[in-house]
Amino acid sequence: MSLVAEYGFVLLVLACCFGFFMAWGVGANDVSNAMGTSVGSKALTIKQAIFVAMLFEFCGAYLAGGQVTETIKNGIVAADAIPPDLFILGMMSALLSAGTWLLVASMNGWPVSTTHSIVGAIIGFASVGVSTHAVNWAGLVPIVLSWVVTPFLSGLIAFGLFKSVQWLIIDTDDPFANAKRWVPVYMFLTGFMLALMTFTKGLKHVGWHFTTGESVALAVGVGVLVASLGMLLLRRIKHDPEANRSFQFASVERVFAVLMIFTACSMAFAHGASDVSNAVGPLAAVVGVIEAGGDMVIGGKSPVPGWVLLLGAVGIVIGLATYGWKVIATIGKGITELTPSRGFAAELATAGTVVTASGIGLPVSTTHTLVGAVLGIGLARGIGALNLSVVGKIISSWVITLPVGALLAIVYFEIMQLVFL
Amino acid sequence: MPINPIVSLFGRSPIGPMQQHFAKAHECAANLVPFFEAAMAQDWEKLESIYQEMARLEREADKLKKNVRMHLPKSLFLPVPRSDLLDLLSVQDKVANRAKDIAGLMLGRQMMIPAALQPQMLNYVKRCVDASAQALTALNELDELLETGFGGREATLVQRLVEEVEEIEHDTDRLQIEVRRALFALEKDLPAVDVMFLYRIIDWVGDVADRAERVGNRLEQLLAR
Repeated sequence: MSLVAEYGFVLLVLACCFGFFMAWGVGANDVSNAMGTSVGSKALTIKQAIFVAMLFEFCGAYLAGGQVTETIKNGIVAADAIPPDLFILGMMSALLSAGTWLLVASMNGWPVSTTHSIVGAIIGFASVGVSTHAVNWAGLVPIVLSWVVTPFLSGLIAFGLFKSVQWLIIDTDDPFANAKRWVPVYMFLTGFMLALMTFTKGLKHVGWHFTTGESVALAVGVGVLVASLGMLLLRRIKHDPEANRSFQFASVERVFAVLMIFTACSMAFAHGASDVSNAVGPLAAVVGVIEAGGDMVIGGKSPVPGWVLLLGAVGIVIGLATYGWKVIATIGKGITELTPSRGFAAELATAGTVVTASGIGLPVSTTHTLVGAVLGIGLARGIGALNLSVVGKIISSWVITLPVGALLAIVYFEIMQLVFL
Repeated sequence: MPINPIVSLFGRSPIGPMQQHFAKAHECAANLVPFFEAAMAQDWEKLESIYQEMARLEREADKLKKNVRMHLPKSLFLPVPRSDLLDLLSVQDKVANRAKDIAGLMLGRQMMIPAALQPQMLNYVKRCVDASAQALTALNELDELLETGFGGREATLVQRLVEEVEEIEHDTDRLQIEVRRALFALEKDLPAVDVMFLYRIIDWVGDVADRAERVGNRLEQLLAR
């Protein structure tokens, strides 16, 4: 209580800075994983990818990021088992810890899940810094489960999507004509799925509420809009016999490249919705408690303020503009074996899974979900060569990130306690 | 980022390099036609230069082969079994090896082909090189096969192409019998050692077509899933 009274404003400003720093890190480091497949398969140029990312990461973060932010804010730490002073300092240390780990990993070129970092950090300061009762262990179970389930789920969806593409389009007498016929359906799916999740689960802090029926109708509308726009773009693609001489599916892939524009948008949207919480979740927690004057119960129940999500969204965009675009370029150069007919399936499956998880309020790693989707397509014999050793590396990164995040958070927590208490 | 999970997830697909390898191997084998023409014209200088060219192509094919093998670690997940791909690669390489052996032996022995045999022999060699060319056409469908998931229409197309290789190889068997029969009629008038080596060359030329057929068969094996 005294902490809030004495330092309330300072802490608020500091928390905003740390949250912004973390959001910048997400934009600089993590967005590239979401956009890399679009650039690598040559569906988008780097400039187009950056533009798409800026617009849709912002939209995803602001419009659909509320649920996951809620989870990070309230769902991991039991609000009644922790005094407000420690809660505020702890959340701020969590932000510092995750941000620092992100910076160190970026400089060394290590892949790091921002989601796992922040969750590990919060668990760290709460369980060790305060007491093991401060952590809502029961609430953690669905979160950890989702980390394992989402790659499998997106793998399954990607497998199904790709098989449907092969059946409907590629393995037919006239792949090009069938591509022009069926790709708008996939476009509809992209728009519909994203709009549905957003209308049903997101938008609460913007003040719009829809019934399920209204959401479905609106989502269908968005889907139709997207598909119509897509069909307009497709009209420009003509059958090119010259390009087809060396690889007969070249024209078909061009059709899929248009589809990938939409799935790239969906990836950016999903990633923004999921990862903004890593930056502004702790910030929202701090804001909630400070604005409630130190009352943990009220602060815990308060909704995530819109301006907090806005701060996160802006942070991501700035991170992307200053540093993230370079990483996207590097990743795009590294992925040469992914063609649009595969890329779109991976992106749509990932975006769908991530947006659904975010809608339920589960923080998931977009990168790992994407890896799951790509493996799903590989199982459908769609990709020339996949390094399975990456799966092992990902699992070992889980094992490292959670404790490191926790450890750093504890260190910062102790430091902050010394400074402020 | 050196070990970004998305980038490191995608390995180097062996399909492009394997197609390049057989293109080189076939180029080596295709040189047999000008080689035999030069031998029949007894143009030894040209013979030497064509042989050097074939040896160079065969070496380059070997390099490509080693390259493919080095990039196929066990941890790589492929759309077809790794062993099937490696077998296909070995058989591809054997086509070039045999072609080079033929050229080497003929050059070394300064082999003279009897005039009565020449038109039949040249026809036979051309047909064997045709088998290799047809195998190359079939193999070049590998990237389309990947696109369609090794099934469906593309697989049927490749099966037809491989059947054509088999037909050409059948044809070369028939031509081989005719050439041997023609040689049999002449052999008493020719030095015995030269005749034996001529028979060996006839066998080896047939081998080129056999190995091309084997390439086709191995390719079909990839489809049998």
